[in-house]
Amino acid sequence: MNSHPHSTYREDAQKGIDSPRLQKSLHNLQNRFGKGAMDIWAHLEDREMRRRVKKARMKNFDHLDILLAELASNVRARGGKVYFAKTARDAIDYTLEVAKKNQVKRVVKGKSMLSMEIDIDPALEGEGIEVVETDLGEYIIQLGGDKPSHIIAPCIHLDRNQIGELFTEKLGIDFTNDPPTLTMAARKALREKMLGADMGLTGCNLACAETGQISLVSNEGNIRMATTIPPVHVALMGMERIVATLEEHRETLQLLTRAAALQKLSTYVSFLGGPTGQTDSDGPKEFHLVIIDNGRSKILADPEFREVLACIRCGACLNICPVYGQIGGHAYNSPYCGPIGAVISPLLDGINKHADLCKGETLCGACKEICPVQIDLPRMLAALRHKLAYGSDRWNTSQHNPAEAYGFTLWRLLVTRSAFYRAFIKIGRFFQRPFVRKNKMISKMAGIGSGWTKGRDLPPIAKKTFTELWEEKYGKEKPAPPTAREEENNG
Amino acid sequence: MSGKTVSLFIQCLIDTMFPETGLAMIEVFDRLGIPYEYPTGQTCCGQPAFNSGYQRDAAAAARRFIELFESAEVIVCPSGSCVYMVRHHYPELFADDPDMHSRALAIGAKTFEFTQYLVDELEVVDVGAEFSGSVTYHDSCHLNLGLKIADQPRTLLKNVRGLELIEMQDSNVCCGFGGTFSVNYPEISVAMADEKIDNILATGAGAVTGCDISCLMNILGRLSRRGEEVQVLHIAQILAGEKGGKS
Repeated sequence: MNSHPHSTYREDAQKGIDSPRLQKSLHNLQNRFGKGAMDIWAHLEDREMRRRVKKARMKNFDHLDILLAELASNVRARGGKVYFAKTARDAIDYTLEVAKKNQVKRVVKGKSMLSMEIDIDPALEGEGIEVVETDLGEYIIQLGGDKPSHIIAPCIHLDRNQIGELFTEKLGIDFTNDPPTLTMAARKALREKMLGADMGLTGCNLACAETGQISLVSNEGNIRMATTIPPVHVALMGMERIVATLEEHRETLQLLTRAAALQKLSTYVSFLGGPTGQTDSDGPKEFHLVIIDNGRSKILADPEFREVLACIRCGACLNICPVYGQIGGHAYNSPYCGPIGAVISPLLDGINKHADLCKGETLCGACKEICPVQIDLPRMLAALRHKLAYGSDRWNTSQHNPAEAYGFTLWRLLVTRSAFYRAFIKIGRFFQRPFVRKNKMISKMAGIGSGWTKGRDLPPIAKKTFTELWEEKYGKEKPAPPTAREEENNG
Repeated sequence: MSGKTVSLFIQCLIDTMFPETGLAMIEVFDRLGIPYEYPTGQTCCGQPAFNSGYQRDAAAAARRFIELFESAEVIVCPSGSCVYMVRHHYPELFADDPDMHSRALAIGAKTFEFTQYLVDELEVVDVGAEFSGSVTYHDSCHLNLGLKIADQPRTLLKNVRGLELIEMQDSNVCCGFGGTFSVNYPEISVAMADEKIDNILATGAGAVTGCDISCLMNILGRLSRRGEEVQVLHIAQILAGEKGGKS
């Protein structure tokens, strides 16, 4: 991943909020896909399906080593090569070696978030290899030197006018903002790239241990071409993307396409498990499966965060998250954005580095509701904040904000001693007086409170608290005498 | 009515800034003949610390809460997020302490959100309140998604004489409060509040209500800054039959 020493989350969030074009795109996206997925879940006949798939995903992690070995041996039996990469560097080095051996000049890519996570493109380009994205959205991003802002819909931040201008500049076509015309222009350009490609590089949506096959879903057919035309296919697979059986594969895939694009099935589903053979003459001459760890073992080993590995990268949580819906994907400054990005990016790439992703959500719980496999992302966000609050050796995390930590120590002293607590309220009531305006609101505060009054007013501490009012009425006795109340009611 | 004496669990924000909400809840209890008591030593349930990651500090508040409310027959709170804290996060905080864990579970099992207690436990759907005007209802996240309480408040509102309930678009979308999130990321928080407010205004309702004062405080604060006239009322205030907003 790229390193970003200074977090720009708030600044970038503001940019997103200030862009009417982005706001419109995000609004349309969430209205259609977020609400659409919730609607599908509400009407899913098999009420247990999501729970069942989740359970299977978690169970697989209990013996992931055995399943991965089964997958590898089945792929190898069919003549494919399997490489286990511990780090991003290992995966890049292996892929470069394959490229060099085959004198690869051009790589055509299928959409792969993992390829962005390990940042493989610059490494290939550094060796003089041309890298071409073939997913339409990713192609647009690549042409513009831009960054994706959604896991499934990478150029959601661009509208058709911007894409028209980009195509005029980069592909030399006459300006148009007509989506079919633009798509045809991209199709023509991409087809030429496909036909002359030496290597296909893809991700892996799911891998099935029982059959020794990986699956890739797409709606454009580009992945089928990228995996069958070039003589070499390298598939990058996150080691958690495994399912044990074909039956489990079927159910998981059904959830994936529904959650990602409201489809019962994507237009294309490619099952790939080795090089061309005697029965299938269309495949590549070489098939390499690179199974990548890159920090996943560490997540696997921590019961608090293991659940995040159940993610099938459908992107549905982005389509419902009210924070993502305001700020868009770029603010996350990571290949993975939205709620899933807020949990997985810190775990893969440093909790301190991505502290703003851990803290910059409301914990509203919408992501958990929409997740096809019901991952409790809010729970893990709170757990990440716990690491930041006190520091964690296990996660090599230091205390994020000592001033905030002191603040909560003080808070603890107050809330565990009601006399202090009440005195504090009285002091607050005294000092707030000059700030209370005619409309009985406070509109300017200093310190931490300034965050509130930046765009909002605050009601002041009441003249009498509920506790004070209660004691005036009933005295300091803990329970109110029932008779007192009855008399009052009757009188 | 139920013979159980309710121990009032008054959210800290209600205690300090919106005491009228607490008073309104007691008025409803009085009208229904529900007995109650108030453990005056209560402070805060610990939610701000928990949500910010300060679990040890939150656990100190939780321990105190458990000790204070342990003898209660039933605990009722006019705030969904505080109830969610007690029910769901208290047991998590004491996951490694079997004794405290079971005490936390026991407390959680007898802690109810105000509208939930009325409708689900006491089977009261009409509290005999009156209100003149139109109201729109905001589904706060911990209440709706966490505790799955959405119908109960609506049932109670629909039975208030003179009240017209107008549903807003996306009533179940977060208002942007998020505890310390609201002060740490004000740009995002206010943008979310603005979207909520636009949806409130689009209903043309004279008042917005809900079961969580923290969300309502966020909405109120932004409404006030924008100079909008919409009233903000906790549902207890409406059910107590108040005609005007005190907020």
